[in-house]
Amino acid sequence: ALIKQFVADVAWGDLDFLIVDTPPGTSDEHISVVEALRPHQPLGAILVTTPQAVSVGDVRRELTFCKKTGLPVLGIVENMSGFVCPHCSECTNIFSQGGGEELARHAGVPFLGCVPLDPQLSQSLEEGRDFIQEFPKSSAFPALAHIAQQILDSASQHSS
Amino acid sequence: SARAGSAAACQGCPNQRLCAAGAAAPDPEESAELRERLRSVKHKVLVLSGKGGVGKSTFSALLARGLAADEAKQVALLDIDICGPSIPKMMGLEGEQVHQSGSGWSPVYVEENLGVMSVGFLLSSPDDAVIWRGPKKNGLIKQFLRDVDWGEIDYLIIDTPPGTSDEHLSIVQYLSATHIDGAVIITTPQEVSLQDVRKEINFCHKVKLPIIGVVENMSGFVCPKCKNESQIFPPTTGGAEKMCQNLNISLLGKVPLDPQIGKSCDKGQSFLSEVPESPATLSYRNIIQRIQDYCDQHQLQEEKII
Repeated sequence: ALIKQFVADVAWGDLDFLIVDTPPGTSDEHISVVEALRPHQPLGAILVTTPQAVSVGDVRRELTFCKKTGLPVLGIVENMSGFVCPHCSECTNIFSQGGGEELARHAGVPFLGCVPLDPQLSQSLEEGRDFIQEFPKSSAFPALAHIAQQILDSASQHSS
Repeated sequence: SARAGSAAACQGCPNQRLCAAGAAAPDPEESAELRERLRSVKHKVLVLSGKGGVGKSTFSALLARGLAADEAKQVALLDIDICGPSIPKMMGLEGEQVHQSGSGWSPVYVEENLGVMSVGFLLSSPDDAVIWRGPKKNGLIKQFLRDVDWGEIDYLIIDTPPGTSDEHLSIVQYLSATHIDGAVIITTPQEVSLQDVRKEINFCHKVKLPIIGVVENMSGFVCPKCKNESQIFPPTTGGAEKMCQNLNISLLGKVPLDPQIGKSCDKGQSFLSEVPESPATLSYRNIIQRIQDYCDQHQLQEEKII
């Protein structure tokens, strides 16, 4: 009921994009939000995973959820994909590597990109600051910008 | 009060169900049945987290393995993350199926003294999605508790999905007929994660679930090349340590990031056996010992009362 209220009763005003952040899983919240948004023709879903097989394993089920509920899949994002040591620039794949890209290939959906780990990103989010304004030189920035661009492109294609 | 969760003002409140669950009495016959079935389980530990992706299932798997390292102990791991059952993969049991016997469902055994149960074993494909609303998930959890033939076990570790939702309410409600030793709450150092842990702690207080303590995961990373430490998930508000001090809760330990943890989970192997010299292994072992000590202390206290 709360989710329906959030969709129907909030005075969003004129929006170009409504981003809906969901909890993990394929349950009440997901079923409800898809039902509530269906009359508004959602552009689609972005599925976020870390590179590990265990995370990818759950996202496979999420893909099935999208298929079953008729929600288009915009693509997969592989998050926490590598950490570049600020002291020596060595890149370590803390949560393994490549699972997201492989899943996208296997499932035939677009791979939107890898976002590396960046403590500055965590820090600025914690403090409610705009990461993109403050840290445009961060290794995460080009990745995030590239993903955003692909969504914008999808949206233009959709409207035309 | 008796009207908790059912007053007109409660409609649409995110805590409505939580309040209402306190007022609703569990079915006495059901409770008796569960109590009987779980009589042979000495200690029950719930592993909770506020947020997803903090390493809860990884911890549950390693806790179970760590406890089962003592061959004299019988350990069981129950995975009630119905939508995202990761435990079978982490325990190297992907593709296994559940067998039924006269005495109920058999857990799937990793070692002779370590059995596992998960919805993952009931799904025929890794692509199968469990798209269920709350009541159906609750039904399966009840079945897991009632129909699985756990046998005589020393520890039942219950891995939960993130948050404070149907699965958590139902497991606490169903187990209220028996004794739960307590909950271990997993977090990362960030405030964003701690915010959700505080809600989790409130949940535990509301349902009278004792808190064994908090584990801070992903607590620092030592570069394998230059050995400098980085705080990838900065503890901007003092991390779990400060929060535990403020709330007078035990901090069981901090576990640093180690790329081998993820790798061994993906391969279904025990990180503790694969990388025994890692600082993360040492942290895990200390934390597991503290949990064991807590459970043993509790048992002694209970025996004294009797």
